[in-house]
Amino acid sequence: MTTQTGRARRRISPLLLREYIAFYLFASPWLLGLLVFTLGPMIASLLLSFADYPVIVAPKWIGLKNYVDLFTDDKLVWQSLKVTLLYSLGAIPMTLCFSFFVATLLNQQIKGVKIFRTIYYMPAVISGVPVALLWMWMLNPEFGLVNNALRWVGIKGPQWFFSTTWVIPAFIIMNLWTIGVTMVIFLAGLKGIPDHLYEAADIDGAGPWSKFRNVTLPMMSPIILFNVVIGIIDSFQIFTPAFIITNGGPANASLFYGLYLYNNAFKFFKMGYAAALAWLMFLIILALTGLVFRSTARWVYYEGSLIR
Amino acid sequence: MLLPVFWMLSASLKDEGDVFLVPIQWLPDPFRWSNYPEALTFQPFWSYFRNSVIVTGLSVVGAVLSASLVAYAFARLRAPGKNVLFAILLSTLMLPGEVTLVPIYLLFRNLGWLDTYRPLIVPSWFGGSAFYIFLLRQFFLTLPTELDDAAKIDGANLFSIYWRILLPLTKPALASVAIFSFFSQWNNFQAALIYLNTMEKYTLPIGLRLYLSSFGQTHWNYLMAATLVSVVPPILIFFTSQRYFVEGAALTGVKG
Repeated sequence: MTTQTGRARRRISPLLLREYIAFYLFASPWLLGLLVFTLGPMIASLLLSFADYPVIVAPKWIGLKNYVDLFTDDKLVWQSLKVTLLYSLGAIPMTLCFSFFVATLLNQQIKGVKIFRTIYYMPAVISGVPVALLWMWMLNPEFGLVNNALRWVGIKGPQWFFSTTWVIPAFIIMNLWTIGVTMVIFLAGLKGIPDHLYEAADIDGAGPWSKFRNVTLPMMSPIILFNVVIGIIDSFQIFTPAFIITNGGPANASLFYGLYLYNNAFKFFKMGYAAALAWLMFLIILALTGLVFRSTARWVYYEGSLIR
Repeated sequence: MLLPVFWMLSASLKDEGDVFLVPIQWLPDPFRWSNYPEALTFQPFWSYFRNSVIVTGLSVVGAVLSASLVAYAFARLRAPGKNVLFAILLSTLMLPGEVTLVPIYLLFRNLGWLDTYRPLIVPSWFGGSAFYIFLLRQFFLTLPTELDDAAKIDGANLFSIYWRILLPLTKPALASVAIFSFFSQWNNFQAALIYLNTMEKYTLPIGLRLYLSSFGQTHWNYLMAATLVSVVPPILIFFTSQRYFVEGAALTGVKG
């Protein structure tokens, strides 16, 4: 490799030059897409966030006003941040624990385990609107399966999506049903743990808990980290279920950040303000993932062979 | 896990009134099979379905072709700036779509593309998603370069190495990408909501929503029947192509 580049620096052969050109030709769909659908819009979005743009008239430069409003004037921004964070704090740990648990079960060498893997993954396949519609009905206070089951054991179920206190838990429960992707990623990780580590632990006389604590968890920690980061990003982008099921209600108790952003852009046509909201969201996601990464030195274990 | 699906199936076959019985009626009595033809004509369901097939099909083809071209470049060709571009590719994975949502909408609006399928399909033809490119690149890297060299000696050009030699060997990874992009398009709600206005052009995700409380009372039995039919294609594809999911997840190297 080094000799190749060394030669290239002195005199670029026509063959190598053709390879350079070929690279840019082959990569051109993505390069064009990067300019038109990513970098260009990013710059436009940044500029728009300093403008007032109700679409029907030309954008007007208003400096930092959108950002000032965001922090001082608009109570709904804080409400949507609160909703999103409350949801994340509940959903991320519960999803991680549940899908890790299921992945551990499905990693056993038992007959028929494949069928269960299929069943647990399936809801992820029908994600989006069908899942939202199904859970709207599952958690219907009167006729839903969940409250009927609770009534059967003598508990009066809450109003779920119609209650300001229970609407977030309702979304968290719904999310637990669609753990498929997280679970498959955990499963792939569990299968990647070399057997000799467990064999060594056996020789040392380690019990199942100790093996889990000292082999499985450290080996899985990079994957847990990956899923935490994905979980944070996903929480901020929740839109479809909130739009379909509650549209932010009752009393803005489920006004997720992604929904509030959509409302500003496509309901109120405050394009500039929506762009400012998007940048705030990006900064928050960066800050949160940054915090998670900074904490990794303490809990994430990287084995040389696992780093690509 | 399956109970909600079973319950949905049961509700889809019930009389309108029986859906609201307390305590729950587990099995429909009588089985009302006519719910299905009724539900699918109650709204222009088959029109939604056809539109979804068109949009999803064209997006999947675009994503597979363009992502594999780009992935080949990143896996096999040398060029100045390649590493920087690869870093940019990976960092776009972190960028939430909301940041570019408004400008892209304005772009399509200026192009006069509102209420057409182009905003849903065209972006897929530009590399699909950084994730697909990354996944395919990882797969290309596992193929021995001797294959390329042998083809080169036989006088093959770079495009035919990509198209004739490597692509046929990449089928499992291409299948993963096709499947992932199928699901993301079939379930794509937000873009359809933003860009499609006339009902004849609606795709399934936004069409299904119209079963909710159109004219006051929601017909839950119809809603459940239509929803179930709408998830048949993804479930069929899932059952026939399951192994690619796990392989896809393993390939992206979340291991480290």
